[in-house]
Amino acid sequence: MSLQILAVDDSRTIRDMLNLTLSQAGFNPHLADDGIHGLELLEGLTPGAIITDINMPRMDGFGFIDAVRKIEKHRATPILVLTTESAPELKKRARDAGATGWIVKPFEPKKLVRALQMVTG
Amino acid sequence: MSEQDKTTLSTGIELLTFQVGGQEYALDIMSVREIRGWTKATPLPHAPSFVRGVINLRGTVLTIVDLADRLGMGAAQTSERNVIIVVHTGKETVGLLVDAVSDILAINTTDLQDPPDMSAAECEESFVSALTISEGRMIRVLAIAAALPTESEEAA
Amino acid sequence: MTDEVDPMIEIRASFFVECEELLESLQDGLQLMDDGQSDDETINVVFRAIHSIKGGAGAFGLEELVRFAHQFESVLDGVRSHTILVDRTDIAIFFQASDILADLVRAARDDEPADQEKVQSILDKLSVILGDNAQEEDEVDASDFQPMGIALDLGLPELSDNESVDTDTQHEPAITTDAISAPGNEKPEHFLEGFKIFFQPDSSLYETGNEPLHLLKLLREIGEVDVSCDTSNLKSLSELEEEKSYLAWTIYLATDEDEASVRDIFDFVADLCKLDISPISNSTLPPSNKTDDAPLSSELSIVPTASETVVPPAPPQISQNTADLPVRKSTVPTLPKTNTDNNKPSNKPRPTVRVDLERIDRLVNLVGELVINQAMISQSVTDADLPSNSAISAGLDEFMQLTRDIQDSVMMIRAQPVKSLFQRMSRIIRESSAMVGKSVCLKTDGENTEVDKTVIERLADPLTHMIRNAVDHGIEKEEDRLNADKPAEGIVTLMASHRSGRVIIEVSDDGAGINRERVLQIAMDKGLVAENSQLSDTEIDNLLFLPGFSTASEVSDLSGRGVGMDVVKSSIIALGGRVTIQSEPGQGTKFTISLPLTLAVLDGMVIEVAKQILVVPLNAIAETLTLTQESVLPLGPNNRVIKVRDVFVPLLDLGSELGFRAPLNNFDNAVVLLISQENGTQAALVVDAIQDQRQVVIKGLQNTFGRPSGVAAATILGDGKIALILDPIDIVSSAESAGNLAQNNLQLTG
Repeated sequence: MSLQILAVDDSRTIRDMLNLTLSQAGFNPHLADDGIHGLELLEGLTPGAIITDINMPRMDGFGFIDAVRKIEKHRATPILVLTTESAPELKKRARDAGATGWIVKPFEPKKLVRALQMVTG
Repeated sequence: MSEQDKTTLSTGIELLTFQVGGQEYALDIMSVREIRGWTKATPLPHAPSFVRGVINLRGTVLTIVDLADRLGMGAAQTSERNVIIVVHTGKETVGLLVDAVSDILAINTTDLQDPPDMSAAECEESFVSALTISEGRMIRVLAIAAALPTESEEAA
Repeated sequence: MTDEVDPMIEIRASFFVECEELLESLQDGLQLMDDGQSDDETINVVFRAIHSIKGGAGAFGLEELVRFAHQFESVLDGVRSHTILVDRTDIAIFFQASDILADLVRAARDDEPADQEKVQSILDKLSVILGDNAQEEDEVDASDFQPMGIALDLGLPELSDNESVDTDTQHEPAITTDAISAPGNEKPEHFLEGFKIFFQPDSSLYETGNEPLHLLKLLREIGEVDVSCDTSNLKSLSELEEEKSYLAWTIYLATDEDEASVRDIFDFVADLCKLDISPISNSTLPPSNKTDDAPLSSELSIVPTASETVVPPAPPQISQNTADLPVRKSTVPTLPKTNTDNNKPSNKPRPTVRVDLERIDRLVNLVGELVINQAMISQSVTDADLPSNSAISAGLDEFMQLTRDIQDSVMMIRAQPVKSLFQRMSRIIRESSAMVGKSVCLKTDGENTEVDKTVIERLADPLTHMIRNAVDHGIEKEEDRLNADKPAEGIVTLMASHRSGRVIIEVSDDGAGINRERVLQIAMDKGLVAENSQLSDTEIDNLLFLPGFSTASEVSDLSGRGVGMDVVKSSIIALGGRVTIQSEPGQGTKFTISLPLTLAVLDGMVIEVAKQILVVPLNAIAETLTLTQESVLPLGPNNRVIKVRDVFVPLLDLGSELGFRAPLNNFDNAVVLLISQENGTQAALVVDAIQDQRQVVIKGLQNTFGRPSGVAAATILGDGKIALILDPIDIVSSAESAGNLAQNNLQLTG
């Protein structure tokens, strides 16, 4: 059974790419298009890691991370933030919300996989 | 009908010969899609006289040109014996109403000769791209593009 | 069927589709901003649209697009955070920027160069708006922004080339459990190059889902490590708090990597731990000996923690594949079937499918055949003279209903809101008004009106031309507007609606209206009408549609490109549509385009004229009447009118208008179709008989010998014969222009 990964992004293109990259790397990706949708999916998932975008409608990445950390079973689940910015304050906000790490978009597949390895062991 | 002549060189062509207004014409068989019997065409209002109308060719609307009329030999008297040659020219498919289809002729392109310069004569000459001889009969190779004018030319 | 398709090519194609959607919501958002109706979420939507385009573009290495989107995004980010305040002038620039963004998207899609000059000019305008706002950072960022990830680039060593990381077991981290009071004292001596790392996680490191052991494992991948764990802070088991940090590590790392690579490993946690990394050299102590030397004192006390956190969990499958993974991906990115299937259930953000248009067209054609087939069956049933209450008749009725439902559903697939078309027109307004130096805004209405996709596509050119015309000729120069007590800004309105089974699109302006005197003069000068012609206002207006007519006394850059309204008219007629003009001096001009909802089927009345079966579109027929000879009144030598209620309506014999027979003289018991024209006037067409009303499938006519006038298309009847579908309004208007008719209906007064 391959490791479940929840990926949350409002861009269909990025979702498609995450899906492809994660599938090829042997993960079992689950995709959501915003934070609310992500939380819905999490009810039935125990992902090895979560990847989330920041700028999304309905519930953005910060709100999503915050909400995930409040769920007991996902308290220690690694969460990687997908961001086009590497601005320190953005990292700080993500960190404060409980993010494990970040991936700078556009991601290279191997770097994404590498980051997942960093947080999932 | 003659089978493909094995001695035909790479420059050989096959011509479909047919009767129009008592004369023998021919077409490169590569431009012929099919041959079918005459069915009554639905007339188009205000169309040139040589446009007989349209028929249903398996769900598409096919324009029928009375070739004799087009060649200036007067409108054909249509009967059951008439034949429609469906030809494809460039981008459109058109049905040519002719008297009868005669034969398929395999000839060498070197057997084709240019029609004599008849520029002083009537315009029908321009509908013939070449002449050839088969069994002593003169065959006129139809200049299909000239016989079927483009939209702009005709609509102007 | 699609097994061989490279998924990246598909994703790329879908990216451009997504871009079009994003551009649309960008336009919508900007419009709301422009109307002063925006809130924070509107600006967020605008921001996100640009942001998503940039994100996807980066993934495909579309650098130009990324660079532009980045700048645009930076500005919107400022707007979003209220550090940049914008007025309508700025929003106008945003509109231009979104046009450029659309250009760049399409240029990238079609792999064509973009207009650098335009791009740069908007980039400059954007940076003016951006001003000091985060300029330095963005300046750097913009130029630095490359399609690559940072932070995670560990320069992953190729495992086979590097013996030190070749084995998983040989160099297990030698975790010592002794308390090392002064970690610096014992240097592993065999290390030639490397780093000494002191790493003490804060509690927060655990709270964010990070795991020190993963980090140690990563270190092991880039070099030889010697790890000692400081457990001096450990409390007894009962006092341990989950997720509190009690441990610290000192790690000796022998590696060829530089310090930055090492720090990269700690990138996620740098702010969550005490981290000290210092280079060391010429150490030689083999790490394997160390454990033996170390006194093992309190090993038991940390077992619980160790078993949970120190023993690395079984690596997921991917670890083994790490080395060949990138290669495999970049060359043959095939998607394992099983995986995609597994993903399906969760991958359902919105219940839509993307379908190749060809497949829809095939479906449309098949339904067309179905309709014809049904007509043939109906015909046979009628011919068989079955009682009307027979089971087969009832079944046939049901069949017809189903066919119609299927047809409607299929047509709905092809229908699209005209919104995208209108948005394109707003760009035309911006560009053309800028070019002639007028201030013009576009108002739209009914943009959710749905029309067949093909119709929308083929309307773009004629509408573009009409819009340019409105800006160029319709709207007055600013001083003229002010003199006429009009607001300086001109308004062009685009309106779409459904009206009795057709789509109506109106293009109107609030300009000066048609200068009929001048139009007539030009037409006379060009010999389009006779010198002393007495023409009605409507006739003069319609002169604009004559080939070769151009009113521009000074040919401007915009509409004076050799394309006249005659081309507009013929392309609309080619769509089965009609266009009419209404103009009010001083108030403006309105063009009304009336189009069929679909190009595939229509409801028609099957009629007989001169032994020909013909179809007249039902929506053109206002009513049908039966005449008596007395009701037909002569008007002049050749014309006749009939009186319909209070209006005299010109009477035409359809047979002779089509050239099928000589004009009729006896109209007793003649059946006429009363045809309504777009401008509200009517004409009566005499037919021999009305056979039926039914839905017919539209078959295009070839244009080999020009478009036959008065004929819109053809259809195939139940008996397999072709019937022409007439364009009665075209027939009436060509009869009118032939001068045979009283031009306008005469209103009875009193």
